[in-house]
Amino acid sequence: MNAAAALRIRGLSICYPSEHGRIEAVRDIDLEVAAGEFLGIVGESGSGKTQLLLSVLGLSAPRAELTGSIRYREQELLGLGGAALNQIRGNRISMVFQDPMTALNPYLRVGRQITEVLRVHRQVSARDAERRAIEMLESVHIPDAARRMRQYPHELSGGMRQRVMIAMALIAEPEILLADEPSTALDVTVQAQILTLFQELRARTGTAIVLVTHDLGVIAEAADRVAVMYAGRIMEQAPVHELFAHPHHPYTEALQQSIPRIDAPRPLHLASIGGVPPNPAALPAGCAFAPRCIYRLPICDVLTPPLIETGPGHWKACHHDGPLGKLRGEAA
Amino acid sequence: MNRAAPAADPAGTASQSVPPQSAALLAVSELSVTYRVTHRGAHALLRAVNGVSFELARGETLGLVGESGSGKSTIARALLRLVPAESGVAMFQGIDLLGLAGGRLQAMRRHLQLIFQDPVASLDPRMNVGDILGEPLRVFEPQLSGEERRQRVLAMTQAVGLGAEHLHRFAHEFSGGQAQRIGIARALIIKPELIVCDEPLSALDVSIKSQISNLLKDLQRQLHLSLLFISHDLAAVRFSCDRVLVLYLGRVMEIAGCDALFSACRHPYTRALIRAAPIPDPVAARARRSAPLEGEIPSPLFAPSGCVFRTRCPMAIDRCAREVPMLRSVGDSQVACHRAEEVGA
Repeated sequence: MNAAAALRIRGLSICYPSEHGRIEAVRDIDLEVAAGEFLGIVGESGSGKTQLLLSVLGLSAPRAELTGSIRYREQELLGLGGAALNQIRGNRISMVFQDPMTALNPYLRVGRQITEVLRVHRQVSARDAERRAIEMLESVHIPDAARRMRQYPHELSGGMRQRVMIAMALIAEPEILLADEPSTALDVTVQAQILTLFQELRARTGTAIVLVTHDLGVIAEAADRVAVMYAGRIMEQAPVHELFAHPHHPYTEALQQSIPRIDAPRPLHLASIGGVPPNPAALPAGCAFAPRCIYRLPICDVLTPPLIETGPGHWKACHHDGPLGKLRGEAA
Repeated sequence: MNRAAPAADPAGTASQSVPPQSAALLAVSELSVTYRVTHRGAHALLRAVNGVSFELARGETLGLVGESGSGKSTIARALLRLVPAESGVAMFQGIDLLGLAGGRLQAMRRHLQLIFQDPVASLDPRMNVGDILGEPLRVFEPQLSGEERRQRVLAMTQAVGLGAEHLHRFAHEFSGGQAQRIGIARALIIKPELIVCDEPLSALDVSIKSQISNLLKDLQRQLHLSLLFISHDLAAVRFSCDRVLVLYLGRVMEIAGCDALFSACRHPYTRALIRAAPIPDPVAARARRSAPLEGEIPSPLFAPSGCVFRTRCPMAIDRCAREVPMLRSVGDSQVACHRAEEVGA
């Protein structure tokens, strides 16, 4: 797709043995992240979006079986040992987690946790690290940064903690920032602040951002490009405006239509997807969305549709070739 | 509660007992709730709800919105008598809920039911669905025969979109959406007058949220239920509610009909919340790009003087620090802001 891809994932599958059989969390995913782009990955719980993100940094559970390839620049990350990964983690690729309280070390002052990144990855003096950390906290709009450096995580609000996480993730000026539901645990006003901050930082540093969320609204606000995941696979992938204006996959359409909006007439009923997401230990044959799909064809139960390019940068994995538009909320 | 004592038909007997001058099912006035907390080793009083007044009409869905710490859940808990109110009156069918005790409180509980945020955790893991739904009937309608009870349980199960085959299963065998259907059935089976939904959709996946939203709305209409709908999700509130109450640091900022609130809110805080709500449309979302509200909700232990919102308000003036704004009518809203006239659409 793109010669300048910073991250290139090919044929990635992640399986877990479990007492209920093999759980296929991620299935045969191809995905690229271009330098400096903002990629949104949207999916419900169990769609594999978090597993995908964790695998990039070698954070999958030890019993996970990974196949395929994850390349950062020219370097294969899959199968890389801890020491080699540590050269990359927090340095070239870093991560922000959903819950900043559990991601920060409660016993260490904020300043120590931020400067540690520089002490490990850069040859800097303690004084320089401290100065850089304060600058970084200021750039994520933490007021009174020097004082905050000396505080413990529990002394900060949820929004502040998430800003600290972002400061930590960005202080080594990584090429790629992975963010797993970074604003989900926060109030809407703070969520908006964090999204604005991401965009501001990207504009300034050129860091590529991969943001995983269940919230299409967050994607619409922030992303350049979107990948829609369901049951471990990418169902559709497109530039953000294209995806929202012309969704090609019935699941994308269903997600879009089932969300109530504050800016459109109130429907009597929301469009709704029947059924529930499949059990990852017992995925149906063929397309995993077929049992809930209103455009289902006989072939959908037999053959998994490949992800194919249907327009410039627009990819979909669906046998249905006709138009969508059957799913609508019921007008009031 | 004597008036509602013949429990067979609570809706009928109880509604006749409402004094004719009161159209509201529930009229809350000047409700305050204070928690005793420890702050830096010393005892302190945390005022979670501060002089809140509102009415809920029969058959109405009233949304309670605000950020965490705004007091929305505390209001619901105080009305259900799960936390003690410091002061205030909550008239429900001619009786002050906050003054009830003992058996009269117990008897009143059947009219007030709660739907929880975490559907799986709110179901007893050791009871099957039939027992979970039968228990409220055994407690509040003990005169029912076993067969009558089974009929009611089955009818309610079907009303929430489940079937007889689910009655022998346990909570862990259900997905979040199914568990929430059971939670709704359990709340509705004794035909309560008032149902508090505390973030009923927050724990559910996107594709399940719309199913449960539709179900709640259908049941509300069919059964003419009165709901207090607590949510931080403004779009969900707009879909589900007739009127909305906006809270900040335990105080009412604005009350308005849903359409008025979303088209022409009068409080700067309401406006900020609406502007921060994500819109699932990149064109609309990016067109309205305005700077998000700065800062975060302060601790209720250190509530600002005057208007509690003033420290984050882009329109704050000196008067806001001195004078607590009273709730007053501006446009189609009841609003507590000195500059409400300037907010407009």
